[in-house]
Amino acid sequence: MELGSIGLAHYLTLSAILFTIGVFGIFLNRKNVIIILMSVEMMLLAVNINLVAFSVYLNDLVGQIFTMFILTVAAAEAAIGLAILVVYFRNRGTIAVEDINMMKG
Amino acid sequence: MEIAAIFLPLLGAFIAGFFGRLIGDRGAQIVTCAGVLTAAVLSVILFTKIGFGGAEAARTIELFTWIDSGTFEVSWSLRIDTLTAVMLVVVNGVSSMVHVYSVGYMSHDPHRARFMAYLSLFTFMMLMLVTADNLLQMFFGWEGVGVASYLLINFWYEKKSANDASMKAFLVNRVGDFGFALGIMAIYIIFGTVEFDGIFAQAASKADATFHFLSWEVHALTCACLLLFIGAMGKSAQLGLHTWLPDAMEGPTPVSALIHAATMVTAGVFMLARMSPVFEYAPVALEVVTYLGAATAFVAATIGLTQFDIKRVIAYSTMSQLGYMFFAIGVGAYPAAIFHLMTHAFFKALLFLGAGSVIHAMSDEQDMRNMGGIWKLIPGTYTLMWIGNLALAGIPFFAGFYSKDMILEVAYAKHSAAGSFAFWMGIAAAFMTAFYSWRLLIMTFHGKPRASEKVMAHVHESPAVMLIPLVVLATGALFAGFVAYPWFVGHDMNAFWSGSIVMLAGEHGTIIEAAHHVPGWVPYAPLVAGLSGIALAYVFYMFSPGLPGAFVNSFKAIHGFVFRKYMFDELYDALFVRPAMKLGFGLWKGVDIGVIDGLGPDGAAAVTRRLSLASSRVQSGYVYHYAFVMVIGVVALAGWFILAR
Amino acid sequence: MTLTAIAFYAFAIILLASAVRVITAKNPVHSVLFLILAFFNAAGLFVLIGAEFVAMILVIVYVGAVAVLFLFVVMMLDINFQELRQGFMQYMPVGLVVGIILAVELVFLAATQLAGGPVGGQANNAPIPPVDQVTNTEAIGQILYTDYVYAFQVSGLILLVAMIGAIVLTLRSRPGVRRQQIGQQLDRTRAEVVQVRKVPTRGGV
Repeated sequence: MELGSIGLAHYLTLSAILFTIGVFGIFLNRKNVIIILMSVEMMLLAVNINLVAFSVYLNDLVGQIFTMFILTVAAAEAAIGLAILVVYFRNRGTIAVEDINMMKG
Repeated sequence: MEIAAIFLPLLGAFIAGFFGRLIGDRGAQIVTCAGVLTAAVLSVILFTKIGFGGAEAARTIELFTWIDSGTFEVSWSLRIDTLTAVMLVVVNGVSSMVHVYSVGYMSHDPHRARFMAYLSLFTFMMLMLVTADNLLQMFFGWEGVGVASYLLINFWYEKKSANDASMKAFLVNRVGDFGFALGIMAIYIIFGTVEFDGIFAQAASKADATFHFLSWEVHALTCACLLLFIGAMGKSAQLGLHTWLPDAMEGPTPVSALIHAATMVTAGVFMLARMSPVFEYAPVALEVVTYLGAATAFVAATIGLTQFDIKRVIAYSTMSQLGYMFFAIGVGAYPAAIFHLMTHAFFKALLFLGAGSVIHAMSDEQDMRNMGGIWKLIPGTYTLMWIGNLALAGIPFFAGFYSKDMILEVAYAKHSAAGSFAFWMGIAAAFMTAFYSWRLLIMTFHGKPRASEKVMAHVHESPAVMLIPLVVLATGALFAGFVAYPWFVGHDMNAFWSGSIVMLAGEHGTIIEAAHHVPGWVPYAPLVAGLSGIALAYVFYMFSPGLPGAFVNSFKAIHGFVFRKYMFDELYDALFVRPAMKLGFGLWKGVDIGVIDGLGPDGAAAVTRRLSLASSRVQSGYVYHYAFVMVIGVVALAGWFILAR
Repeated sequence: MTLTAIAFYAFAIILLASAVRVITAKNPVHSVLFLILAFFNAAGLFVLIGAEFVAMILVIVYVGAVAVLFLFVVMMLDINFQELRQGFMQYMPVGLVVGIILAVELVFLAATQLAGGPVGGQANNAPIPPVDQVTNTEAIGQILYTDYVYAFQVSGLILLVAMIGAIVLTLRSRPGVRRQQIGQQLDRTRAEVVQVRKVPTRGGV
């Protein structure tokens, strides 16, 4: 992968790193649940970058169509997630991640 | 008829034992007494038929096959020859008297039915022992009498001392039984069979057989006979395995009379007599038997001198007389031993039951130091005790005279080191026997009353149901001796025994024949010893009552040692009991709990708990933990996918 | 270096940096703002690569709707500033390792798979028409509304369900809150409410 001319590989690498950062965000964060939701969005973004890059380099428009759908679903999911979060906050009074362990076995 | 004579007591035991509550105490007593009395009558009939019927009269009745495994075949058979017939009369006779006596003696006891059932059970087991046709069946009876003895010693099971005594009896017997079992196995290895017919037929041919044991050549028959003798030691309370007999006096007096005087303790003597064909070819074993029997006779008599419990004195007397029987066997005079067994059964049972009568009269007092001055109050018991003691001391015309004299004569006639040792020990024991017997009589019946006024007011003669058995036994003690003499050890001996006992003939014929030719002073020596013992007892206890005390004080150390039964109990406690308990305790704590439980159930359970506790930490409740694990899984899968290509 | 490369690297670095700041910012509002920045840079990348419709949709929907929604919630909930808790440091090494392995694997796959060129055997369903003839938007529309119309409608349904779901989850009726009850209001009859009284002058009611 040469650094001068940008090719598919660059985009894929970028996507990989972004995905990893999103994964980090899920389990390395100790602050609150919103960070988790935002990390999910970042992972979806990484996937989108991947799809679009492939779509362009394989000369197939379907990739971008699929990106649209992912976007739609991501938006819906963010809405529901935030609604759950709000209701949870109403019941528990906190969204600190460490306090959410009611499923402890 | 033979089957009835043997199985009627079992039937009685069964009915009284299982249906005692149904038929009531009276019913149980009637059933068992009737059973055993009928058996006694039948036994006498059998005795006359077989004893005087010659060799053809002996019979074996096969009941059914017990074990049939490969080349080993054992069946339940009843072997009834002269030896058996004699034992049947003794066992059933004394047992029936004891049964009747118990009706009176135990009349205040709430568990009469159980008692009678146990007595009959014991009788049956003893009968099994004496009618056995093979060693395995004899072992069954052997163990059975041990169990019955345990049950009867422990009859008053709420008393701790009774519990301890019965355990001690059973355990010490067990040591003996172990020897007996090894002996049976040795016999099987040597002879290839455990049936008496087979063994006796091959006995002569195996006289020189040897074992190989850990690079030693052991004379096979000696080894087997010594092992069998260990069994006899345990059952007959010979020196070494005798510690249980005095403690067995915890049981009710009828039990002591039946089991520990007349029948069970004589099982050892019987077994050696039965195995006479084999023992005759193991002279080394016979010598050991002689020495041990003589030592037992002497030691037991010395201890009997010092005891204060009336039953213990008689118990040590039993042990001493058993020693006599054993050294008689040791010198090869089996008929003399059985003769003494029979006479001893009568007068010893008489003495025990008489002592029971005294105890009953003195409101359950057993210590002779608290008795005295009651001979006018219970004249019947007094007379009967006199008869018993005269028989025991070997006064002429009474039964003991004939049998005891015979034994001492054969000991002398053996003309060997063992025989001479036995003879002089026997004489000394005869002296001491007379002494302590009269000591017992005088302390119990004469002198100023030492009991409290309340006890003395209550002294009364025993009821007829207790006295009649005593009278019957007294008849035996009086007449059994001179009546049976010719058949047992006299001229008609061979016709009488006709092969049930085997004695090898030396240069002067068998040892019994040789005994008739001893020097003149020998038959009178025991008489002299006995009379001087009686005289000394009178001096010590009747005329100068201060003498015993002074005597004890001057020999305090020795007296203390003898009084404490030569410290055998303490010795065994330190040698065997404590180490065994420590070992058991150590094994329990260390191995059972530590290793087996630790590795097994407890350990597995603890490991499971720990593992599950650890595993439950995976369920932390935090979703991001789960997500992390999922990510790790994805990474792993992807890595595997990459690397696998 | 061509302009493309410079632009790419600029966008990429800012994207990654803001992504990291999303998860490490102390102030949650900052996190959301960094997320918005990340989206913008991603949109820039998309424009660079030639998918400008997706880029604009990214800005309009993600930034304009989703990220703003995040901001709403962050400001609505009483979220405290929080220091990095101890647990973060404890998990960091392991997590870092796992993450790096993940990244390496992804990159490795990308690098090796690319050598083979486009995967054969699959028909190219929708080749991208040249840009000077058909714009990206129009090209997408030509396929979306024809071949993928069902998927399109379903995604609309998904959105509908999400909307209803959000309302169902969060709607609550608090006691003691006064609301208009239109039905009752309209049910009122004149007779219940209005009364005509003859009142003399200076008399009062």
